[in-house]
Amino acid sequence: MSTSATAETYNYKVVRQFTIMTVVWGIVGMAVGVFIAAQLVWPELNFGIPWLTYSRLRPLHTNAVIFAFGGSALFATSYYVVQRTCHVRLFSDKLAAFTFWGWQAVIVLAAVTLPLGYTTSKEYAELEWPIDVLITVVWVAYAIVFFGTLARRRTPHIYVANWFYGAFILTIALLHVVNSAAVPVSWFKSYSVYAGAIDAMVQWWYGHNAVGFFLTAGFLGMMYYFVPKQAGRPVYSYRLSVVHFWALISLYMWAGPHHLHYTALPDWAQSLGMVFSLMLLAPSWGGMINGIMTLSGAWHKLRTDPIIRFLIVSLSFYGMSTFEGPMMSIKTVNALSHYTDWTIGHVHSGALGWVGLVTIGSVYALLPRLFGREQMHSIKAIEAHFWLATIGIVLYIAAMWIAGVMQGLMWRAVNEDGTLTYSFVESLKAMYPYYTVRFLGGVLYLSGMLLMAWNVWKTVSGARPAEAPVPQAA
Amino acid sequence: MSDALSWYIIVLTLGNIAACWWLIRWTARPRPGEAAAGETTGHVWDGDLKEYNNPLPRWWLGLFYVTIVFALVYLALYPGLGKWQGLLGWSSAGQYEEEMRRAEAKYGPIFQRYASMPIVALAKDEEAMAAGRRLFMTYCAVCHGSDARGGPGFPNLADEDWLWGGDPESIKKSILDGRQAMMPAWGKTLGEQGVEEVAAYVLSLSGRQADPRLVEAGRQKYRTYCASCHGADGKGNPLMGAPNLTDGIWLYGGSPATIKETIRNGRKGRMPAHRALLGEEKAHLLAAYVWSLSRRGEER
Repeated sequence: MSTSATAETYNYKVVRQFTIMTVVWGIVGMAVGVFIAAQLVWPELNFGIPWLTYSRLRPLHTNAVIFAFGGSALFATSYYVVQRTCHVRLFSDKLAAFTFWGWQAVIVLAAVTLPLGYTTSKEYAELEWPIDVLITVVWVAYAIVFFGTLARRRTPHIYVANWFYGAFILTIALLHVVNSAAVPVSWFKSYSVYAGAIDAMVQWWYGHNAVGFFLTAGFLGMMYYFVPKQAGRPVYSYRLSVVHFWALISLYMWAGPHHLHYTALPDWAQSLGMVFSLMLLAPSWGGMINGIMTLSGAWHKLRTDPIIRFLIVSLSFYGMSTFEGPMMSIKTVNALSHYTDWTIGHVHSGALGWVGLVTIGSVYALLPRLFGREQMHSIKAIEAHFWLATIGIVLYIAAMWIAGVMQGLMWRAVNEDGTLTYSFVESLKAMYPYYTVRFLGGVLYLSGMLLMAWNVWKTVSGARPAEAPVPQAA
Repeated sequence: MSDALSWYIIVLTLGNIAACWWLIRWTARPRPGEAAAGETTGHVWDGDLKEYNNPLPRWWLGLFYVTIVFALVYLALYPGLGKWQGLLGWSSAGQYEEEMRRAEAKYGPIFQRYASMPIVALAKDEEAMAAGRRLFMTYCAVCHGSDARGGPGFPNLADEDWLWGGDPESIKKSILDGRQAMMPAWGKTLGEQGVEEVAAYVLSLSGRQADPRLVEAGRQKYRTYCASCHGADGKGNPLMGAPNLTDGIWLYGGSPATIKETIRNGRKGRMPAHRALLGEEKAHLLAAYVWSLSRRGEER
């Protein structure tokens, strides 16, 4: 290979595109979430229009925040991190551009078809088969760009963040293809190839690993780059990285059946889902420890740097959710918590707390570098965003904990003669105050995102896209 | 489950657990030549990204071991490893049956006593009616409403109009075995003009305004197509759940448009059977409660 006359640069263009769309889709997805939270308090807010009903907007909310907001953030950071830690430009600019436009097309198609009522009815995999095919094509291109870049790296070792991004990309490909396997009957209708309890098991094998690999492994990759970068400290422990990586990815695969406790799923599968979920506690906390302890020797930065605060508090929520999750997988606990809003609270302590905050922190760290700025336009606004988000999360999950435990207890309460003490509607009526508080928490979190959008706008406008040279091998 | 599948599950499960055990033992042990605590591994990425090689926190290792031991003990005691049923002999079906047996022993006598009373007498027993109301809230209110006044397609149980008969035994039969109503779709047979005419006649049956010429044309068609179920006088037939068309009570709504819709496309009202779910005794109590709802006026 000859050295070219002009210095090789990193591909920042696709990173910039995905980073901006992370903020845009974050606002869209969370706004839909706030709207349907409001519908739970004021049901008339669907105005009698079918495509504004809760049942159609709820999958739009989950798809938008997970795959549009979270997905764009993962594309952006993985493309950035894999180049910066491999000391090489992306494997293919064209394929990378294809993944950007392809992924945006998937999101737009989802935003159109879900409100129209087209759905496979599989949770977090609602999109109909033509969109599933497009996702598969985009994902294969993503894998080629990522692993191609990794293969051409100029560093002897693969940085830990890339292990997690790599595991996330490979596993999501497998999960998506297996769970979405369906027999099409028309352009917008298909039937799952699985039936009954097997369908349920495949669905939750997918569903829980979407949490494990999309929302955990992928974002741990983000964490492993941006926490040590922002703290200016080495990662706490290489060997902790090794053990928690392999334990996490092997154990997560088994955890799905805990979504199907006390159902038609055979007992043996339920038991395995439970014990593997419990064994996930330590590997999950391994990631939290490695992130938080990276800050040792630089704790004072928590006071001065709101970006660090976003990242470290996200790890705290990660630790909390990954403690709560194994506890909820225990059959006797699940008998109380299942089908209640406790589950919603658990998901959002992970989604708003871990995924949301680590993404926001990373974007604040990343964006100025992509646009040749020293830092974000307003540090005060980042500070304010941090408090809006944190208070929003606390309101949200506290409300859902109380609501969930109350529902679980009301549903199981019986009178002297064995009849149920409360009808379902009574338990729903008891939810009003908590649904209102949850709505307020969502409003706070969303307003933080709007503040972020303003800050991003002020940082980006007038800035020139930055170019960064690839370091040449010594 | 075949033996092969059973062994496959056992080997994979124990293999993954053993691999985790080996992994933490292997990484916990210091090896010669590696970076000591407080030193970085010597790898550098992106200018300044480095890694320490600190030992695994002891409390964390302990936590990991505890969860693994718990998993192994649990899998010895409970079903999980393929065909292995566990030392405790527990199964979710067994737990369900045991809980149902205990509930039956505790609560069965209460409902047996109610079941031995005639429905009319039971309807005057305040304690029994309180229990009946709670059952109604759990099993019936979803369709018929908390106040039992129903909604479009779901009969009002608090009035004195009955589709399938309002005597205690008929109500009990409706609860136990369900009811399947069948209003055929007449749109094709009658044509749109015919639907207009029959609808006009049906409106006239309850004394409502309608075009006399349409009513007259509809009368003939009514006799041919409708009278066999709804009766020549329009008063319905509880044997087949055919509604009384003269009383101004409408199951699916009484607007001219809705009546035409009903004639044109038919209706298939279905009350599900509750015999398997509730059993004879609770259905007896519920029948008394539902019967009492339409008798409230008499008591006052």
